[in-house]
Amino acid sequence: MINVTIDGKTVEANPGDLLIKVAQENGVYIPRFCWHDRMKPVGMCRMCLVEVEGIRGLPPACTMPVAEGMVCHTETPAVKQAQDDVLEFLLVNHPLDCPVCDRGGECPLQDTTLAFGPGESRFVEEKRHFEKPIPISDVVLLDRERCIQCARCTRFADEIAGDPLISFVDRGGHTQVLNHPDHPFASYFSGNVVQICPVGALTAKPYRFRARPWDLATVETSCGQCAVQCRGALQSSSNRLVRLLGVDSDAVNHGWLCDKGRYGFEYVHSDARVREPQLDGKTVSWPQALDAAADALRSARDLHGAESIAFLGGARGTNEDAYAIARLAKGVIGTDNVDSQLGDGLPAELILGVNRAAIADLDTAAAIVLLAPDLKEALPVLHLRLRRAALECNVPIIDFSSVPHGLTREVTHALAPLPGEQGKRAEQLVGALNGNAADAIVAAAAATIAGRSGNIVVVLGRSNLAERSDATVQAAAALAGLANVKFLSALRRGNVHGALEAGLAPGILPGRVTIEHRDAVQQVWRTAPEVPGLDAEGILRGAIDGTIKTLVLVGADPIADFPDRALAIEALNAVGTIIALDGFGNASNQRAKVMLPVTMFGEKSGTTTNLEGRMQRVNQKVSPEGIAMDDWRIASEIALRLGDDFDLELVDEITAEMIKVSPALAGATPALLASSHDGVRIPVREHATEIKVRKNNAGLLDGEGAVSWEPIKADVEAVDVELATHESADESADESAGEAGAAVIDSGETPSADKATITAPTAEASATVAPTAASVLLTWNRIAPSVSLPGRDAYAVRLVSGPALYDHGNAVNASASIVGLRGPSKLLVSAADLQRLGVTNGTEVHVASAKGAFNIAVHAARGITQGVAQLAMGGERGANALIDVGSSATDVRVETIQ
Amino acid sequence: MQRAQADGAYEMWKEVLRRADVQWIHDEVKASGLRGRGGANFPTAIKWESLPDNGLPRHLVINGDEGEPSTFKDRVLLEGDPHALVEGVCIEAYRIGSHRAFIYLRGEFALGADRVQQAINEARAAGFVGTNILGSGFDLEIVVHRGAGAYICGEESALIESLEGKRGMPRIKPPLPIHVGLYSQPTVVNNVETVCTITHILKMGGAEYAKLGVNRSTGTRLAAISGHVKQPGVYELEFGMTLRDIIFGIAGGIRDDKQLKFFLPGGASFQWLINSDEHLDQVYDIDDISAKLGTTLGSGAIMVYDQDTDPLLVAWRLAKFYAHESCGKCTPCREGSGWIEKVLYRMSHGLGRPNDMDALLDISAGISPDVMKAPFTQTTICPLGPSPVSAVASLQKWFRAEVEAACGTEAQA
Repeated sequence: MINVTIDGKTVEANPGDLLIKVAQENGVYIPRFCWHDRMKPVGMCRMCLVEVEGIRGLPPACTMPVAEGMVCHTETPAVKQAQDDVLEFLLVNHPLDCPVCDRGGECPLQDTTLAFGPGESRFVEEKRHFEKPIPISDVVLLDRERCIQCARCTRFADEIAGDPLISFVDRGGHTQVLNHPDHPFASYFSGNVVQICPVGALTAKPYRFRARPWDLATVETSCGQCAVQCRGALQSSSNRLVRLLGVDSDAVNHGWLCDKGRYGFEYVHSDARVREPQLDGKTVSWPQALDAAADALRSARDLHGAESIAFLGGARGTNEDAYAIARLAKGVIGTDNVDSQLGDGLPAELILGVNRAAIADLDTAAAIVLLAPDLKEALPVLHLRLRRAALECNVPIIDFSSVPHGLTREVTHALAPLPGEQGKRAEQLVGALNGNAADAIVAAAAATIAGRSGNIVVVLGRSNLAERSDATVQAAAALAGLANVKFLSALRRGNVHGALEAGLAPGILPGRVTIEHRDAVQQVWRTAPEVPGLDAEGILRGAIDGTIKTLVLVGADPIADFPDRALAIEALNAVGTIIALDGFGNASNQRAKVMLPVTMFGEKSGTTTNLEGRMQRVNQKVSPEGIAMDDWRIASEIALRLGDDFDLELVDEITAEMIKVSPALAGATPALLASSHDGVRIPVREHATEIKVRKNNAGLLDGEGAVSWEPIKADVEAVDVELATHESADESADESAGEAGAAVIDSGETPSADKATITAPTAEASATVAPTAASVLLTWNRIAPSVSLPGRDAYAVRLVSGPALYDHGNAVNASASIVGLRGPSKLLVSAADLQRLGVTNGTEVHVASAKGAFNIAVHAARGITQGVAQLAMGGERGANALIDVGSSATDVRVETIQ
Repeated sequence: MQRAQADGAYEMWKEVLRRADVQWIHDEVKASGLRGRGGANFPTAIKWESLPDNGLPRHLVINGDEGEPSTFKDRVLLEGDPHALVEGVCIEAYRIGSHRAFIYLRGEFALGADRVQQAINEARAAGFVGTNILGSGFDLEIVVHRGAGAYICGEESALIESLEGKRGMPRIKPPLPIHVGLYSQPTVVNNVETVCTITHILKMGGAEYAKLGVNRSTGTRLAAISGHVKQPGVYELEFGMTLRDIIFGIAGGIRDDKQLKFFLPGGASFQWLINSDEHLDQVYDIDDISAKLGTTLGSGAIMVYDQDTDPLLVAWRLAKFYAHESCGKCTPCREGSGWIEKVLYRMSHGLGRPNDMDALLDISAGISPDVMKAPFTQTTICPLGPSPVSAVASLQKWFRAEVEAACGTEAQA
C-alpha cells in the first residue's frame, strides 16, 4: 500500500490503481463520462482533469496511476475552470432536447452540468445536425446529436462483448458512432451500451417513452433466464415491469446482462399468460382447482401407488418453489419419480457431488477446460466472463467442442473430439498430464496446464444434445481424477441448480444428500422415498408403458424441451392425467386436467441458486397477473388437502425450513440471505469466509431509480459473519419473517446488517453441527457409463445440437421486443459436405433421421469437421425432431430436393 | 540508383557495416546535437538512450505524414532523394537494432511513395536492404505505408495506431512510444529530415556538424518558405540567420514590393510575428525565439503575408483546417476547434459581433488554459487542440484593433 493525498486527505491505495478510482473509494467524486471501471481507460472526455503536484498542466484522473506521495487537488480554480470548459464544450453540439429524452431525470450529462458546469453557454452558432434517431439494431436506436463521443459503447462492443460492430466514423465535430453499413449492431449484449451511455444517445425500443425515471420503483433481484442468474435492478412503473438494469456483482455478472435477460421480462405481462385456474379447460376458482388436483393425486396414489405419479420440472421458479414441490412429491405423496431436468442436463449426483468452482475462479485458473455447449447461446454472461478470463487474465482455454462456437477465437488448444468422443479425448488429456501423450495437441494442452499454477476449472455442460450424456459423464469422470480440478456447471435452465439442491431429482433429497440420508428431512417430512425413482426419460417411457399414470408438469414443456420430441409426444398422449403448474399454455399441458396459474419473474420473492451454487435473494416488484399463485403455496395447499399441513405462510418461513432440512445449507438464515452481498455459496459452511454483509442495506437500491450508467454496486462491510446453528436459524426466520422479510417485499428495502449477523452459536453447538453436515454431503462416485457409438453410415452426417439464445420458449415467444431477433433454423455443415451435396449456401435440403424429417436451409460454416452437422434445438425444424434419446449419437441423412 | 551512388549514396552505410560500431554512430550523433526536425526538437541521441532494454523487438518508424498547411520540406526529400532516406533508415535501424522499419507517408504523396518504394527495391537488389546485408549478418526490411489522409497521423502515437490498422487517434502518454510503441514494443519515431541528416553527420563528424548553427540549434535545417514572397520554396538554412535575412534575403522579399504585414515563423500551429525590427532581427534559433518572442520554429515552415492580408481570414482558414483535422477523440479539441472556426468564419465574413474576440479567448482557454503563453499548455491529449489557439492569441496580440474595427466593440454595441 502507498500513501496518496487527495484534497488534503491522505489515504492508502494500491500502487497502480487509477487516481479517479482511489478518489471515489475515499469519498471524492471526480466527474467523468468516458471512464468506466470495467473497461480500459481512454482519457477522452477530459471531464476528470485534476491537478497533481509536480505534473505540468491538468492530467486526467482516469489515466493517472497513483504513486507514493502523490498529492492531488480536485477543487482548485484551475480544475473548476477546466470542468466548466469541458461541460460547455460538450453542450455546444448537444441538442438539449431533455424534455423528450428518456435519459432526462437520470442523465449524467444533466447531473454533472448541475454539479460542475457553467450554467450558461455562449454558443450562438448553429448546432451539428444528424438524422435522429436511427436504428443500429432491431432493439437499439442511436441519436447522434445527443452523443458526447465518450466511446463507452464502442469500447464495450469491442473489449467486453467481442462484437466490434459499432465504431467512430468521420472526425472532429462530425465524429459519430455508427454501425457498419449492412451490418447491424446485432450483439447479444447490445442492451449494455444503452445502460452505460452517459446521455440519451442510445435508447432501447422496449423502454423508449415508457416511463420517466422519477416514476420508477426499483428492487434488486436476479435474472432468471439462465443459470448464471445475473444480478439486476428491476424497475416498474404503474405496476408493470419496464426495465431491468445490470447490477455490478464482482462474483457474477460485472454489471452486464444479455439482451434476453434485459428485455425478456416482457412475457410477464403477456396476453398469453394463464391468469386463472382451469379445470378441464374451464375457468374455475382456486379452491375448485386445488381440490381437483388433490383429488386426482390422492386417487392415483390410492389406486396405483405413489410411484405411478411423476413430477417433471421445477427449474424455473425459486428455491422455495422447488423445495415445496419436492416436499409435496417426496414427503407427502412419496414418489421419487421427480426430475427438474428434461433429458438435457447431467446426472444430479455429478453436478452436486463434484468439487465446484465459482465463476470468479475462472480468472485465476491454471486453465479452463471447456466441455460445454456454446456459452454465448446458452449462458451469455458466463461467456463474457470466460472471454475476460482468456483475454484480460491470460488464462488458456482447452476446448472439447466438436463445432465452432462463440469462444473459438479465444481457445488456446482445440482438442476437437468427434461427437461422442469427448470421454476418450479427456482420458487422452489426463494421460498426457501423466506423461503419456496420445498426440501433439493433447501434449501441448498438457504442457500449457503444467506450466501454470492454480486450479483447472472444467466448465461442464452438455456440449451436444444429439447424443446421450454418457460421453460427457465419461469425460467428467476422467477429469475429476486430476488434482486441483474444479467444475463450473454449465447447465442452462434458470434455477436448475436450485431445483437440484432442493431435491428435484431422482434419488436426491434437499441439501445435496441422497435418499439414504433421510434423517434431515424426516425431522419435518412425513415420509421420504427409499428407492431411487425415474429420471425424465424414465418417466416419459413409464408414461408410454403405462406405469406412470399421473404427471405433474411444474413449468415444464417436455414436447418443446426434451431432446427426443417424438418420445415426449407419445408419452404425453399416453399418460392418464396431467396436472400443470404454469404461466403459459403449451403443447405439453394442453391436455391438462387441472391448470394452476403460477407467478413468474418479478411477481414473487424468495431465493434462487446459480450455476456456481450461489444462493441469492430475488424480490417481487409487481402484483401477479390475474390471480396467479406462487408454486410453493400451491404445493402447500395441495399438501394440506392430502392431509399434510406444511404450516408455512410466508416465504421466509419456507426458506428457513429448507435450510433446516438441507445439510448443505446449514449455517444460513433468511436474514443472512437478504443482507449478504453476493449471497452465499453452497455448501454454506465451506464458503463461510466469502460471505460479506452490506454496509448500508438501503444504499444499493433505495427504492428510487438506480444510477444506471455507472456500475451499480453495493457497499460492503468487512464483518465476520457468524453462521447460525439450525436452532438459531429457526429463531431468526421467525424474526425476519415478521419484520425484515416483510420489509423486503413491501418497499424493496433489505433488513439491516445487525439482524443478518446472527448471534454467535456456542462453540459446542457449531462443533457438533458442522462435521455432521459435511460428512453426509454427496460425493460423486465417478462411475461413468461406457459409450458405444453406432457405426458411421458413409452417407450420413453426425448431428451436434445445443440451445440457441433466442429459442422457442415462452420468454422469447411472449416478449415482443426479442421474438423478432430469433433467426430461422439452419443446418450447418462443412464446406466439403456442402460441395458433396452439390448445393450452394442457403439451399433447402431434406434431412431425415430415424425419428423425423423436414426440409431446411443448409449453410457451410468454417470450422466444422467433415461428417458433422450442427442444428439448434427447438421449433418445427429443431434438432429435437430428429434426435433419438436412446442412441448415443444421432446420424442424419441430408439429401437434395428434386 | 546509379545517380545516387555516383553522388556517394550508401557509402556511409557500407562504412557503418564495416565498422560495425553502434557506439560510434551514437557518439557522433550526440556530439552533433541533432534535434528532431518534425517540430518537437527532441535530441535524437537522447531518444535512443531512452530505449528500454527489455528483450522485445524494436521498431523504427519514419514519420513522413507531412500534412500541415505550408509545410512541404519532407516532400522534397521523398521525391528528390529517396535513396538518402533509405540510407538514413538503414543506419538508424542499425543503431537501434531494429530489423523492421516503417516509412509512414502522407496518403497524398503518391509520387513520393512510388519513388521511395522504387529506391527500396533498388537498394534490395543491390544488397543494401534485406537479409544478411553485405555479409554483415544484419537484417532489415523497410515497409512503406501510405496514410489515408488525416493530419493527426503526423502525431507519433496516432501514426502508430494508424500503422497498426486502427483509427488514427493519439494515445494517452505515458507510456511513450519509445517504451510502448508499435505493437506495444519499443519504437523510435523520427521525421524524414532527421533520419536523412544522420548520414551527413557521420560523413562530417558530429563535432564538425555542431559547429554549424548557434547555441543548441546546431547544423542546418530545411525550411519551406511560402506566401507573399518573391521566391517561395524549400531552402536549407543554417541556424543563426536572422528572420530578416531569410524573408528578405533568401526568399527575395515581399511580392510586388508590398509591405510585410505579418508572418508565421514556425508553421500553422504556432504564434505569428509581425513587421517589426524586433521580430525581423530575431535569430533563427529554436530556443532563443521561444524565450524571446513566445513562438517556435515548428516544422520549419515560414508563411509570409503582405500588407493587404486580412488576418481574420488567415486565422479562419487555419482554424478551419484544425477543425477539419481534429480526430474527435477528446472533447476540447473536437468541440472547441469547430466552435472557434464558426466564430472566426462570422468574424472574417462581415458577421462579427462585438464580444466575439473575448468569446474566442475564453473558448481558447478551455483548450489551452494560458492562451497567450508559449509553449502552450493544453487540456487535450495531443497538441493538435491548442494549434488553432495560436491564431486566436496572435489576433489578440497584434490585431486586436483591426478585429474591433471589423466586428465592433462592446462600447459601440
